Amino acid sequence: MTMQPNRLAVGGRIDRGTTFSIRFNDRDIVAHPGDTLASALLANGVKIVGRSFKYHRPRGVFSAGVEEPNALVQLREGARTEPNSRATTVEAYPGLVARSQSGWPSVDTDLGAIVGAFARFMPAGFYYKTFIGPFRNTRWWMFCEHFIRRAAGTGIAPAAPDPDTYEKVNAFCDVLVVGAGPAGLSAALAAARAGARVILAEQDRDLGGSLLDQTVGDTWLRATVDEVASLPNVRILTRTTTFGAFDGDVYGLVERAWDHVDVPPPHQPRQRYWVVRARSAVMATGAIERPLVFGGNDLPGVMSASALRAYLNRYGVLCGRKIVLFTANDSVYATAGELARAGAAVTIVDMRSDLPEELRSRTAAAKVDVLAGFAVVNTHGGKAVTAVTVAAVSGREGGTKGPVRRIDCDVVGVSGGFTPTLHLWSQRGRKPRFDTDKLAFLPDGSIPTLVCAGACAGADTITDAVSSGFAAGAKAAAAADFVGDAGALAPPKLADDGWQRGAMLISAVRAPDGEIPAKSFFDLQHDVKSTDIELAHREGYVSVEHLKRYTTNGMATDQGKTSNVNALARLAELRGSPIPAVGTTTFRPPYTPVAFGAIVGHEIGRHFRPTRLSPIHGWHAARGAAFIDAGSWSRPRYYPVSPGEDVQAGYIREARHVRAAVGLVDVSPLGKIAVQGPDAAEFLDRVYTNMFSTLKVGRLRYGVMLRDDGFVFDDGTTARLSETEFFMSTTTVNAGKVMARLEFLLQTAWSDLKVQVTSVSDQWATIAVAGPKSRTLLQATCGAADLSAQALPNMAFACAAIDGVPVRIHRMSYSGELAFEVYIPARYGHSAWAELMRVGEPFGVAPYGTEAMGALRIEKGHVAGGELDGRTTLKDLALERFASTKKSFAGCVLRKRPVLEDPTRPSLVGLMTIDKTVSIKAGSLLFPATGDIAGHGDGHVTSTTFSPTLGGHIALGLLARGPARLGETIRCVDFLGGTTVNCVVTAPCFVDPEGVRQNA
Amino acid sequence: MTHYSALSLVAKAFSGHRSWSRAWRDPVPKPAYDIVIVGGGGHGLATAYYLAKEHGLRNVAVIEKGWLGGGNTGRNTTIVRSNYMMPGNTMFYERSLRLWEQLSQDLNFNQMVSQRGQFNLCHSPASLDAARRRGNVMRANGIDAELFSREEVMRRLPYLDYSDDARFPIIGSLFQPRAGTVRHDAVAWGYARGADALGVDIIQQCEVTGFILERGAVVGVETSKGPIRAKKVGTAVSGHTGYLAAKVGLRLPLETHVLQAFVTEPLRPMIDSVISYAAAHFYISQSDKGDLVLGGDLDGYNTYAQRGGLPLVEHTFASAKALIPSISRLRLMRQWGGVMDMTMDGSPIICKSPVDGFYINGGWCYGGFKATPASGYCFAWTLAKDEPHPDNAEFTLDRFRNGYQIDEKGMGPTPNAH
Ligand SMILES: Cc1cc2nc3c(=O)[nH]c(=O)nc-3n(C[C@H](O)[C@H](O)[C@H](O)COP(=O)(O)OP(=O)(O)OC[C@H]3O[C@@H](n4cnc5c(N)ncnc54)[C@H](O)[C@@H]3O)c2cc1C
Repeated sequence: MTMQPNRLAVGGRIDRGTTFSIRFNDRDIVAHPGDTLASALLANGVKIVGRSFKYHRPRGVFSAGVEEPNALVQLREGARTEPNSRATTVEAYPGLVARSQSGWPSVDTDLGAIVGAFARFMPAGFYYKTFIGPFRNTRWWMFCEHFIRRAAGTGIAPAAPDPDTYEKVNAFCDVLVVGAGPAGLSAALAAARAGARVILAEQDRDLGGSLLDQTVGDTWLRATVDEVASLPNVRILTRTTTFGAFDGDVYGLVERAWDHVDVPPPHQPRQRYWVVRARSAVMATGAIERPLVFGGNDLPGVMSASALRAYLNRYGVLCGRKIVLFTANDSVYATAGELARAGAAVTIVDMRSDLPEELRSRTAAAKVDVLAGFAVVNTHGGKAVTAVTVAAVSGREGGTKGPVRRIDCDVVGVSGGFTPTLHLWSQRGRKPRFDTDKLAFLPDGSIPTLVCAGACAGADTITDAVSSGFAAGAKAAAAADFVGDAGALAPPKLADDGWQRGAMLISAVRAPDGEIPAKSFFDLQHDVKSTDIELAHREGYVSVEHLKRYTTNGMATDQGKTSNVNALARLAELRGSPIPAVGTTTFRPPYTPVAFGAIVGHEIGRHFRPTRLSPIHGWHAARGAAFIDAGSWSRPRYYPVSPGEDVQAGYIREARHVRAAVGLVDVSPLGKIAVQGPDAAEFLDRVYTNMFSTLKVGRLRYGVMLRDDGFVFDDGTTARLSETEFFMSTTTVNAGKVMARLEFLLQTAWSDLKVQVTSVSDQWATIAVAGPKSRTLLQATCGAADLSAQALPNMAFACAAIDGVPVRIHRMSYSGELAFEVYIPARYGHSAWAELMRVGEPFGVAPYGTEAMGALRIEKGHVAGGELDGRTTLKDLALERFASTKKSFAGCVLRKRPVLEDPTRPSLVGLMTIDKTVSIKAGSLLFPATGDIAGHGDGHVTSTTFSPTLGGHIALGLLARGPARLGETIRCVDFLGGTTVNCVVTAPCFVDPEGVRQNA
Repeated sequence: MTHYSALSLVAKAFSGHRSWSRAWRDPVPKPAYDIVIVGGGGHGLATAYYLAKEHGLRNVAVIEKGWLGGGNTGRNTTIVRSNYMMPGNTMFYERSLRLWEQLSQDLNFNQMVSQRGQFNLCHSPASLDAARRRGNVMRANGIDAELFSREEVMRRLPYLDYSDDARFPIIGSLFQPRAGTVRHDAVAWGYARGADALGVDIIQQCEVTGFILERGAVVGVETSKGPIRAKKVGTAVSGHTGYLAAKVGLRLPLETHVLQAFVTEPLRPMIDSVISYAAAHFYISQSDKGDLVLGGDLDGYNTYAQRGGLPLVEHTFASAKALIPSISRLRLMRQWGGVMDMTMDGSPIICKSPVDGFYINGGWCYGGFKATPASGYCFAWTLAKDEPHPDNAEFTLDRFRNGYQIDEKGMGPTPNAH
């Protein structure tokens, strides 16, 4: 294995005893357990990891965390590939494969960089000003767009379904602590000691936060972690990002349970999505170091100063040998000493001129050079930094004066201060305030159940972080009513180099000539430069949101974690307003990007939505039925008698058989609702348009319901089981909606009615038995009951038994034949069906599916989904006779509105093709026999079928002034299919209009 | 106004782009205008633009409480189409699409009108019938539409789930080739620049807090920058329509709901068209930057908060993965919400109100972005002439009284179901 040039011989929290190989851009890289992809790349001296979005400039690792703007890689291959993965958070594992996402022919030598030569023609928003083209259409733009789209985008999406699985967990706790740095650990401890059930969620593999990037706090860390882990009321989740905070104290978390291996172990989820409902929460999410903006600040080798420290102490990687640390605050001084001790020549360039004596003496002892009152103006180097130019700070903020000096170096660590990570707090709809002392946007205390602590709340030293965390934990526990004694917690003993003492907020460094160098980058991923911000300002895009959208600053995958504050400081400068007046953009979930798969969990493929199956499904399947989705149900469409029989042949055969002999159809999916109570009849009178209080016990009645706005909502047949008990049926599609509406009416409008409604859809299997021999079959099956026409007239029901199982037989017909619906307790549905088939054999019984059922109902002119489309009235559907004039009912007022009463409205008719061999398509438009075919027509075709009885194609349709046009020839035009079919308008009922057969 | 073109861009490059001027002025409000438009979203700005351009009315102000386009104009999923089948809607949306097709040239501002086509997938014979009806109405009105078979959809969108595992099989699709997406920010900025050049005052960071009423008529607005008088006041404030109308004593048939939208990290070209997944109320497209842009249902509860909850996130992502299984490992980069004024039939309101001097443009539900040009055009017409243009003739308040429902979905008076 190759050497790791930047790996130190000792130090770090990696397992040096084990090495393995990973592949980056087809090169083998040595790594240790505990490494990230970025730390391994740096250890191996890889400088260029990616190319920037717009100008294809070489970019190296910048940070050591989630804020990484540069080192985005295409991780893994094939179906598991993941674009835009941050090398800084990808844990290294044996066999890891990653590639740079751009660069042709390679990331080191990218011909795309030629774009840089044209950079001046591509300022912010250049695409709004050009590609417009001379023609008054979109063609020129779309031609250009084709190339723009190809150049845009970064990673490549997988082409195959995800082989991994995911899990969802709903969890509850008293206190959720987000972040397990010193503040979070302290908060968890305080809350748990007070007795609260705590969930401690940390995005990193290990607990410790910033303490992991240094060595001095280890004893404290170990002791605190041990205590937290030992408490039974604490659940610790590592590798778990809290990505969103939502109203109602709901938090979304994603645990990357098995992302740190090549392939998750069998039966283990790759990731786990937690929905945590917390009584209160502590955000101890830390702060992110802000870059300083200067010329060439994007070259590989320019890194966040805290990242240098992390790579050194956590991974044993010394990123450079000659390091310049450029800062305007105290935080880099400890780092400088550590880097020097590890063997680097370190120079601190500090923009502040009066440094505390204590810092000076410490640096002297550590043999670190300090240039106080200086700034880095520019970097040198082609593909990596080789030197910097520094100049003395002068005058206005960020200004410098000559002479300039050149310092050779291979790494520049930058620290412009820190930006508290208040994303989650702000996601709850809060705007942070800018604290002019701490030079940071900070949360306020306006959410009682969400306390911020540590660096997130502006604590700039570990001592403060511990005390603020501990207090926040106790406060959050108290907010959840846990006030037990939490005791005390001593902070670790270490030097406190905060980031606030004397700190400055510099938007960008100016060269001695007063200009901000051209290649000073704010947003590293999107290549947003100072000139872009200036242009936006010049053109009036001066609100932070306009700035963001016009320049795309902060719109990259890092969502501006390192770029936003500098950019808005620059905008404030240009506007001549203080930062608080300029404000900040809105923080939105997710804090860091989350994989769709995690959130989806098990709801994939067939399980996206539940599939509802009738209790008789098994029989249909065994019989080889062809199924069709109907809403959430899977229902037999037809039962092919031979493998080659198509649906057309199948339904015609089945429908014909019903009219000739007897058939069974499974109508279990119908909605069924038990309506019970002393006011049940009154209630039904109010919800149905027709009268139900007059219905005799033992009888059925067809009923129609309207919506409040007077349009038809649903229909069905309801039986009166006793004086106080009705059994309502609804259409399959509206079963849930009717139930919800009944509940709504009872709970809001008519809470005085003594009525209980219960959905019993799943309690009953329902078999429709239809055809001239249906009575014979049923009589033979349920021996004892008297099903004769006298004993059981149409629209009455009888109780009987099949095989000893009590059933209810409703005599009613949808097909127009003599027919019955048999209601069987669901668990006996299958056996009852089988029994009917067995007994029916001599009578030639045959099952039929939804397609034949539809054909039969169209022949009879019954309305269904195509007609009940939410836009039709009783009159439109020829159901006006069901509107009682003796009572009021839901919808009775608004249905009288003038447009609904308009006699020219399209209303229900039958249509018969003149040429019996041609079919019509539902959705065709209706036009008179002559004249233009344009506009909306006279109506449309709602349902079509071949009528076995008539031997031709028929349809139902809604036709303007329909009932007055019987006998007229009209055209059914299917523009999409390019056909026009002439039809005769008929009454909607094609078969046995007198009802002789069903009343037999 | 500096003319925008490749040439001007090149020319100005040599002076470091220092000579570009403001896209629109930042004027101090005058004490009075002929017309004040409340709301600096696409609709308000377009209205001002067409007032000036079509009707020569230039003494007009647009008053925006935040920043231009900061409402739903800057929050939507940018889909434009004209596949509406109800009389009253069909030609209005087609007018809009035709205006979109020429808008970049009209405004001399690239609107990035990208006619990538929109698929409306069908999952059952019944939904195919409904699509056929819609497509036929479109074609009968001279609007492009095609009905694709399953095979054709498979050929064009090979990455959808056609396996036996798919919960809702794709059996075909309605397709409108001229549909597509438009760059939403450019719409606000382009109209603002265009209106400003014609003399319209665009006033940002100025909230309308009430109305000046004289003898029962609206004669101006109270704002955070003081009173501003106007002969006519038009509102175009989307989710706040009901809130503002209440200040002149009108209770509108509206509810305000939140709708969320989502974008992924940017990717190389993957999805070329707009795809709507009817089985789950889900839609997806890919922006020029490479992000996948997705949206789903409303959260369902009344709110003015521009943020939603996890249930809808789950619903949207599950729909995404059900439709495109390979999306699973891609990552959400940002989500947000916008509040919209949902009407009782899902169609908008553009009309004179019962209060003199007060005109309403609202009720856009979640489909108002595509309507922006026609909405501005028709609202300007209504304001200028005191009568509707034929294309907004049906978008009255009266229709709820007389029963003229323009209900594309047949959902009835359940605002959160549209
Ligand atoms: C997530 C989402 C996705 C969407 N997707 C689509 C889509 O794909 N296709 C589509 O066609 N439509 C879509 N829409 C709908 C579309 O965005 C809106 O209908 C449309 O943009 C409305 O434009 P507008 O100008 O009327 O409103 P807005 O853009 O909301 O503008 C209204 C303005 O009024 C201002 N305002 C409010 N009150 C006051 C006051 N008192 N004083 C001064 N100013 C005030 C607001 O600040 C705001 O800027 C979507 C909407 C959302 C939220």
